[in-house]
Amino acid sequence: MPEITYREALKRALREEMQRDPTVVIWGEDVVAYAGGGAYGVTAGLAKEFPGRVRDTPIAEEAIVGVGLGAAMGGLRPVCEIMTVNFTLVAWDQIVNHVAKQSHMFNGQIKVPMVIRTPNGHGRTAATHSQNFDAWFASIPSLKVVAPATPYDAKGLLKTAIRDDDPVIFLEHLQLYSTRGEVPDEEYLIPIGEADYKRRGKDLSIITWGRMTIESLKAARILAEEGIDVEIVDLRTLRPLDVPTILESVRKTNRAIVVEEGWRTGGLGAEIAATIQEQAFNYLDAPVARVAGLEVPMPYARNLERATIPFAEDVVEAARAMMRNEY
Amino acid sequence: MEPTTEWLLERYRLMVLIRQFELRAIEERQRGLIPGFIHPYVGQEACAVGACAALTREDVITSTHRGHGHLIAKGGDVRLMMAELAARKTGYCAGKGGSLHMTDFDLGILGANGIVAGGIPMAVGAALAFKMQDQRRPGGTRVALAFFGDGATNQGAFHEALNLAGVWKLPAIFFCENNLYGEGTPQHKQGAITQLSARAAAYGMPGVTVDGNDVVAVYQATAEAVARARRGEGPSFIEALTYRFRGHYEGDPQVYRSREEVAAWQARDPIPRLRALLSARGVREEQIAALEREVEQQIEAAVQFARESPLADPQEALIGVYGDTHGGAVF
Repeated sequence: MPEITYREALKRALREEMQRDPTVVIWGEDVVAYAGGGAYGVTAGLAKEFPGRVRDTPIAEEAIVGVGLGAAMGGLRPVCEIMTVNFTLVAWDQIVNHVAKQSHMFNGQIKVPMVIRTPNGHGRTAATHSQNFDAWFASIPSLKVVAPATPYDAKGLLKTAIRDDDPVIFLEHLQLYSTRGEVPDEEYLIPIGEADYKRRGKDLSIITWGRMTIESLKAARILAEEGIDVEIVDLRTLRPLDVPTILESVRKTNRAIVVEEGWRTGGLGAEIAATIQEQAFNYLDAPVARVAGLEVPMPYARNLERATIPFAEDVVEAARAMMRNEY
Repeated sequence: MEPTTEWLLERYRLMVLIRQFELRAIEERQRGLIPGFIHPYVGQEACAVGACAALTREDVITSTHRGHGHLIAKGGDVRLMMAELAARKTGYCAGKGGSLHMTDFDLGILGANGIVAGGIPMAVGAALAFKMQDQRRPGGTRVALAFFGDGATNQGAFHEALNLAGVWKLPAIFFCENNLYGEGTPQHKQGAITQLSARAAAYGMPGVTVDGNDVVAVYQATAEAVARARRGEGPSFIEALTYRFRGHYEGDPQVYRSREEVAAWQARDPIPRLRALLSARGVREEQIAALEREVEQQIEAAVQFARESPLADPQEALIGVYGDTHGGAVF
């Protein structure tokens, strides 16, 4: 199977869906030409291929999202790009009060088929440009929240998100755009709401998503050499959460570590850990552990940034401690 | 265009329908039929009725927290409205929306809204969708009209949305009902300028100020903006000067304004004004009174319908979290 980048996988998903459905449109800041198309190059070339359907907007995130919502209600399928997840805060009213509410609040009178794509996570650009808001988005009923880790998942999930009649927040991790992985040429879709076993193992379950899936896979290789056989559940979708798959894995391995890049307090890891102890307490041989980011605004210096977010070695440490029954 | 007497009579009927609906809702709230807050539209009827008269059913509007009048003016069914206010299963949103959110998408209303400028970007989005889809539509593109109050013009979404509509020359109309107060603070203490239509210049669109208590003036200004939008000439801004006779919400003690001020505006009540115009046109008193009685009966029937309607089953709170599943808790 050919290997392509996460960035290219996303672009192929956009192109295929735009070819398939003339109502799919894209707008956002600098999505037409800047840096080749979007701050991270995902939309490069699409404006030329689909005249009039890819639009640059002012730096006005509340309008980008609100106009997306209005256009979705007016018959289009907008894919709105917010240049970084940090800027979604400017659009929070539109996302939480409006985009997320329409379907339920108006008792199903209207559907909101829109996608908000945005790069999430750390990026060596310090406090206002290096954050993770996955847990915030995932806490809001009526949103669907997706955070793929691989090019294969990125493509399949973005195509599904565009066809979905509900609003989807699509979190792309900043550090993954240039990573490569196998993506078939033929079309495929990945359902929203289904986790994926990225590695099968018997000793403990690592439940994670996004960049931390990649770090956890690295950790798994190190741990395997030490005789610790971990299972990796890549959530892929953060809302609705695939609780059955999480429980299935934990009931088999009897140990769980939840790994996330964002802040520990109020993180999605806390929610998952609570769910496991509510629904699989009798299966646990150890308390559910958490590996998460430290609770500080992200510093700029690379060594300081590295000190605040988890990497493979943190996952390795946590797994070793759990297998030694140190908790 | 000089409006026909028949046209004026229909505008009068709608304005009276809004007025009576609101006054009755206030009464029914005191009696306990309506459990939640309401923000009555009393006094501003000429705005909704005049503006919506310039739109077709295919054109869309966005409404506000003070939205009952917009819904009625666009063709809303007062039975379903009263049932929604009474939190009944038969209401427009089956009891999930309430006063702040009741709407009818079939009539082209993209929601009422609890955030004052929240609907404006949505109208711009609908206008963009129309511009992209209606290029070969006979009679020109559909238009989107955003209703909002003076208070909304100080919120960020207003600025972002109008700027974008100006940049993309969209078939959008921004209809500002300037009732002189943003909640309890007078407009001149909230805005650096008092003539809000002047703001249109900042977004590259024409702006006009009209008497918002004159339904004909409101209609004419809106019809001009609609014609511009349909021709592809871009958005317009209309400031309609008006006044709410009740508080910001029902129960508001209104300490921020004098009785004299309220009385002075009541002398400019849009409904008696239109009634006088109808009389001057030779419409007989009996005909007007009969029309008013019909509206009264319609409101009475709406209250009856609401009262007799069942509450939703508590399980229905979980329905429609996602549009496609339409049922069951998913998380």
